[in-house]
Amino acid sequence: MTKGQAISLQKNDGGSLTAVRMGLGWQAAPRRGLFGSRTREIDLDASAVLFADKQPVDVVFFRHLVSDDGSVRHTGDNLVGGVGQGGDDEAILVDLARVPVHIDQIVFTVNSFTGQTFQEVQNAFCRLVDETNGQELARYTLAGGGQYTAQIMAKVHRSGSGWTMTALGNPANGRTFQDLMPAILPVL
Amino acid sequence: MTAELVRGQNHPLSQARLEIRISAGTPIVAAAALSDENGRIHGVEWVAHPGAPTQPGLEVSRQAAADHRLAVDLDAVAETVHRVGVLLALPTGGTGPVRFGSVAAPFVAVTGLDGAEIASYTIHGLDAESAVVALELYRRQGAWKVRAVGQGYAGGLAELLTDQGLPQAQQLAGSINEAVAHGLARSVQAPPPRTADGDRSRQAAAPALGPDQAGAAPQPGPVPPVSPYGGQTSGGPGQTSPQPPSYPGATPDPSTVTQPSAPTAGGPIDYSHPRRQNAAPPPPPPTAPPAAPGQPARPVAGDATGWSMEERLYNQVWGMFEDLARTTAAYRSAVDFAESRMDKELEQVLSDPRSRIGGQGDAAREAARARHAQLVDQAREALDRDLAQLQAEADVVEPALPPAYARWDNPVWHAYRVPMEIPMALRLGDLHLPEAERIRIPMLVRLPLERGLWIDSGRTASSDGSFTDAHSLGRLAMETAVAHAARLLAVYPAGEFTVHVIDPAGSGAQPLAPLVQTGVLAAPPALGAAGVTDVLTRLTQRVDLVQMAVRGGAADALPPGFDTAQQLLIVNDFPHGFDDRAVNQLRYLADEGPAFGVHLMMVADREESSAYGPLLDPLWRSLLRLTPVADDHLADPWVGHAWTYEPSLVPPGSQVLQQVLAQVAAARTKYA
Repeated sequence: MTKGQAISLQKNDGGSLTAVRMGLGWQAAPRRGLFGSRTREIDLDASAVLFADKQPVDVVFFRHLVSDDGSVRHTGDNLVGGVGQGGDDEAILVDLARVPVHIDQIVFTVNSFTGQTFQEVQNAFCRLVDETNGQELARYTLAGGGQYTAQIMAKVHRSGSGWTMTALGNPANGRTFQDLMPAILPVL
Repeated sequence: MTAELVRGQNHPLSQARLEIRISAGTPIVAAAALSDENGRIHGVEWVAHPGAPTQPGLEVSRQAAADHRLAVDLDAVAETVHRVGVLLALPTGGTGPVRFGSVAAPFVAVTGLDGAEIASYTIHGLDAESAVVALELYRRQGAWKVRAVGQGYAGGLAELLTDQGLPQAQQLAGSINEAVAHGLARSVQAPPPRTADGDRSRQAAAPALGPDQAGAAPQPGPVPPVSPYGGQTSGGPGQTSPQPPSYPGATPDPSTVTQPSAPTAGGPIDYSHPRRQNAAPPPPPPTAPPAAPGQPARPVAGDATGWSMEERLYNQVWGMFEDLARTTAAYRSAVDFAESRMDKELEQVLSDPRSRIGGQGDAAREAARARHAQLVDQAREALDRDLAQLQAEADVVEPALPPAYARWDNPVWHAYRVPMEIPMALRLGDLHLPEAERIRIPMLVRLPLERGLWIDSGRTASSDGSFTDAHSLGRLAMETAVAHAARLLAVYPAGEFTVHVIDPAGSGAQPLAPLVQTGVLAAPPALGAAGVTDVLTRLTQRVDLVQMAVRGGAADALPPGFDTAQQLLIVNDFPHGFDDRAVNQLRYLADEGPAFGVHLMMVADREESSAYGPLLDPLWRSLLRLTPVADDHLADPWVGHAWTYEPSLVPPGSQVLQQVLAQVAAARTKYA
């Protein structure tokens, strides 16, 4: 997928995609200097904001791991990153069939909580996966992505009876999703 | 560094001796086939499979398994061999899956002998196929390479082998399947596949709200009222709560008694869970029968994770509790949104001058109302769908509950026998929400109790709006307390739960009769100030003694004949008969008691002790407040809905309580 491209989450056989996962992975900062324990840890955070008619209704992030209705779940905060070999270090699972009827858009974001820009983070990526078959729908490489600390990654929104995903990949700046609200609103 | 291959991609191999690791979510058959430069398998001796696991340079496992390690020595294969294919197939003839599309994508990795991964490949995109060529190791200009193939065959091994030019493909496929069937017959039964209801989020939910949230900052949004579960289920359902410091004999389990559980000196540390001696896997949970297409799976009692039926039912009940909380949250959120949107739209109509002309304003108002109604209808439809499923689940779960979890009108109580083990949890009542009046969630709390209980005999508006007068409320509260105490006595093994009663004015005599008459109390209810002092002093001393013994590491130094049972103190009419010293002792018991096996059950109207001022606030806060009548004061731990609690009471006219207590008393005599 490329930026701005929209794909319907309707499957070819007519069945609709029922679960998507947003995965975020990055490589922990290398230990440096004499004092091995004095690392500069990198903490990236994945968030999902649920909108009804452009009003934020609920948000799933490291302090609220499950949306009140239970349809969106964060697998838990990772504060340091992984080994950088492509696995997801944080993930958000969306059960599209259970999303409340008034929620019409879900926006996925990535933030650098510890403030490093994506240029300083190694092997960072975020991706959207069809959770039912493991197929990757979209993938962004964040590493080397410029002097930004956040990205509005993608949105899934209702269209007809199903859902459509639009890849956004808009760079932004902010420590948590709250800082990104001004940047999110234009893409709704 | 591992190369993660995609279909068709290749990677050089620098070693000749390799292992191929395969993992799949379900038992599969793994085979390896040699073929010539044209990809043809010349004969059955070119295939290593469960019936003939070793061929020159190849070794595969003898049976179907979820994990395989195949050995390959490329130096040992004949010169005529140009390719080594790694083949996977689903076992036939069993009850297992018949298409790869219905199981997790198989993962294959090529590793060196040291286990380091050289290349790996996850075989995505399979559907109706039941056999697949996963990888191919092939010669290219004198060196070997690996290629991710992922070619599937709906016709199974026979079609796969035919495609590779093997003349005896059908026969070989047959003999492989037969060998696998033999292997399956003698191997340990594979765990059953995930049930059709696996899309329910509860498995993931349970741990997610425990430690993750506990350590994080408070959630945004309104602070929930009072969560009854704060202290009790901080780990969330499905997690075992921390064990209170135990002292020898406090737990009935003989093995626990012999283990150095308390900080006693010496001895090796026992890392096993004190209540789980059994390392063997639990029997598989009952699984739902396959659902008709398009229909939700039929619910089954015990359809949750756990090491015993009891634990599975506990987790299932908590799963239902969470599902109901969340689906109601979705509904309420949608209705709120519909209302605020309609209000906004109606306001716009009012402020728009054009709406005063003709029928435009009316039409706009009508449209706003219709939009509101449509969204609410949709939300209700989604809610009704979920409620129907939960109702069906409740209908099968409720009759399957063991006594400790069951309502008093459940027939399981008529077959009551004094248990040998402490149950995981105890039902204190039922919880429901106004959106789903018919669905009653059993309110289960873990045992041993981690908080005292407070049966509030104060004036509360009952859910139907009527006020019960103070006298009958006091009586109802005492009856509720007796029902809870009787249940605790009944679910503990004989002699392991002792109940004391302080009833200073004797006002609880009538409701207490079932406990007194059956002789299950440690002593007759204590009357007057002297009785209060006596009971409190003994229990305080007991807590002191056990505390000293545990802290001093001399748990075995408790006096002979020391009653190791859990103790419950029921206090009626507080603060009647209490002097300042007694109040202090009571507070001490509330704070220190639960960790040392002494629990409080206060039957009290908080107003009556208002003279003590804020002094008693910590006491009330430390207790779990329950009501004798339906009252919506309990919050769930996920969204903080106000749930209506109803105590578990004995149906009017039923003798079940007396019958159960008579058995408890009889067992106690035998035990003593």
